[in-house]
Amino acid sequence: MPFLELTNVSKNFGANSVLAGVSLTLERGEFVAIVGYSGSGKTTLISLIAGLTLPDSGTVRLNGREITAPGPDRGVVFQNYSLLPWLTVAENIALAVAQVFPNYTPAQTAEHVARFIAMVSLTPHAAKLPRQLSGGQRQRVSVARALAMDPQILLLDEPLSALDALTRAVLQAEIAQIWERDHKTVVLITNDVDEALLLADRIIPLTPGPGATLGESVAVTLARPRDRKALNHDPEFKRLRAHITTQLLGYSARRQSTVTRNLILPDILPEDLDAPRVTRRPLRPHELKQLQVASSE
Amino acid sequence: MKPFKFDFIILPVFGLLLVLAFWHAIAGKKIAITNATGAIVEEKRVGLIPALPNVIETWQSSRPYLVEPFAKRGEMDQGILRFTWYSLILVAKGYALALLIGTPVGFLLGLSPTFAKMFDPLIQILRPVSPLAWLPLGLVLFLGAGKEAGTWGALFTIAICSMWPTVLNTAVGVRAVPQDYLNVGRVLKLSPWKTLTKILLPATLPYMFTGFRLSLGIAWLVIVAAEMLTGRPGVGGFLWQEYNSLIYEHIILSILTIGLVGFVLDRLMGLVERRFKTA
Ligand SMILES: Nc1ncnc2c1ncn2[C@@H]1O[C@H](COP(=O)(O)OP(=O)(O)O)[C@@H](O)[C@H]1O
Ligand SMILES: [Mg+2]
Repeated sequence: MPFLELTNVSKNFGANSVLAGVSLTLERGEFVAIVGYSGSGKTTLISLIAGLTLPDSGTVRLNGREITAPGPDRGVVFQNYSLLPWLTVAENIALAVAQVFPNYTPAQTAEHVARFIAMVSLTPHAAKLPRQLSGGQRQRVSVARALAMDPQILLLDEPLSALDALTRAVLQAEIAQIWERDHKTVVLITNDVDEALLLADRIIPLTPGPGATLGESVAVTLARPRDRKALNHDPEFKRLRAHITTQLLGYSARRQSTVTRNLILPDILPEDLDAPRVTRRPLRPHELKQLQVASSE
Repeated sequence: MKPFKFDFIILPVFGLLLVLAFWHAIAGKKIAITNATGAIVEEKRVGLIPALPNVIETWQSSRPYLVEPFAKRGEMDQGILRFTWYSLILVAKGYALALLIGTPVGFLLGLSPTFAKMFDPLIQILRPVSPLAWLPLGLVLFLGAGKEAGTWGALFTIAICSMWPTVLNTAVGVRAVPQDYLNVGRVLKLSPWKTLTKILLPATLPYMFTGFRLSLGIAWLVIVAAEMLTGRPGVGGFLWQEYNSLIYEHIILSILTIGLVGFVLDRLMGLVERRFKTA
């Protein structure tokens, strides 16, 4: 029995078909990366696995049991920062720990929290509020919070997209290192093929929406630990990279649109409490600019 | 005009002097008509609005109330701050009642679409009703309280009139909680109570405080009307009594006091509100 199994899952929003006929199986301990264009439904796919949204048809099963609600057995690192801005780093993580380990004494909770803060090397910042941290540090806290819940599966929705290239590389290495330790099952959403190649056992492209579905999965047989510098000269790496890029570009050619490799970056600013709640993330300034440019053309 | 040094103090003072001058110009003053021997035959007030006391008369007549602000010479003859204090106590009680009822109602409105559909029209209808209309109803409601009916009626009026900004702002704030935060709560399987205290409440706090500040302003507006109609000692009661006793100077004294106290209250709440804005 596969660990995670999506069978013919479809999801519509109103008349919009976002995902259509998505099937996916994951074995325990596998690290799978899903790459796709922005707006193709990657976040929707993660939400389905997390149980935050339910499919219109098809089933999502974890360990053979159908997912009907979210729960702490699936640790999610959201695309937008989702740290609670009124809680410190330690408090944000402690909130999660207290939920998953309700029998812990306060000392045990504190010890557990401290361990995961140390894992992402933020010990000196434990008492800070999220807005006092850089984007990379905040995302580390999100990862630490997800890991501290000791979930069965880790769902990472473009966790590094918002970061600058250097921070991104550092965090990629950190994620690889953490994963080497306990080989948790991971679904990583990314728009960066290199990132996927560096981290994943398997890469699955998501075709662009509407009605997005998963393409053919590509096994990454590169030996671990993978070294970013050495990989650049590895013929297998080059071959895989060309293969996946061609596949993705093929979709976009069919869609008749030009897409830059650098896709949309999520916002790294803290949440604005004054903004009205939106179920979709609001447009970012640069997206608005793109819209304006597009409409003025 | 170009900004200049100390303009923040000089310009307001200049504005104040202008208004005082205008007031003085239209106000009346007392003149004595004498006969040939110099004996006063008649005293009368002249001016554009003869009955309106001028600046100097107002000051002289208000002095005892200002220099001994806490004096108590009689039930309706007390220092102005003593009156203010009575009013503030009543406002505090009514306001506390408004927050105690308004905040949970706001949360329910924000959280439950059904509740919102049920009560939103009613709220929109009750919101514009004047305190003068509520007070008699309040007095009727507490007829059984005997001598205390006036106090309870006033409290009822303050509470029901000042509740709405708190209710509506809280509701808006609850609806504005980012979905991302709620998703965190769902993934962590937080209990409803923890979702409320750890996510909803902190996220709504800035909105709530905006509501609280507006509510306090209204509560202070209502107190005057309530005291006038019930004849309770306080700034409003004093104002009404002095009108009936034809001591018009004290009407102006009361107005200025009410305005000043309202301003200070708003500033204080503004400070508290700002603290929560940045949090
Ligand atoms: N709650 C929702 N309501 C309406 N439309 C939605 C909702 N969530 C996602 N969509 C739409 O589904 C599509 C895919 O969104 P999303 O999963 O966020 O894409 P990605 O994460 O790949 O950028 C978008 O066109 C988006 O507008
Ligand atoms: Mg997304």
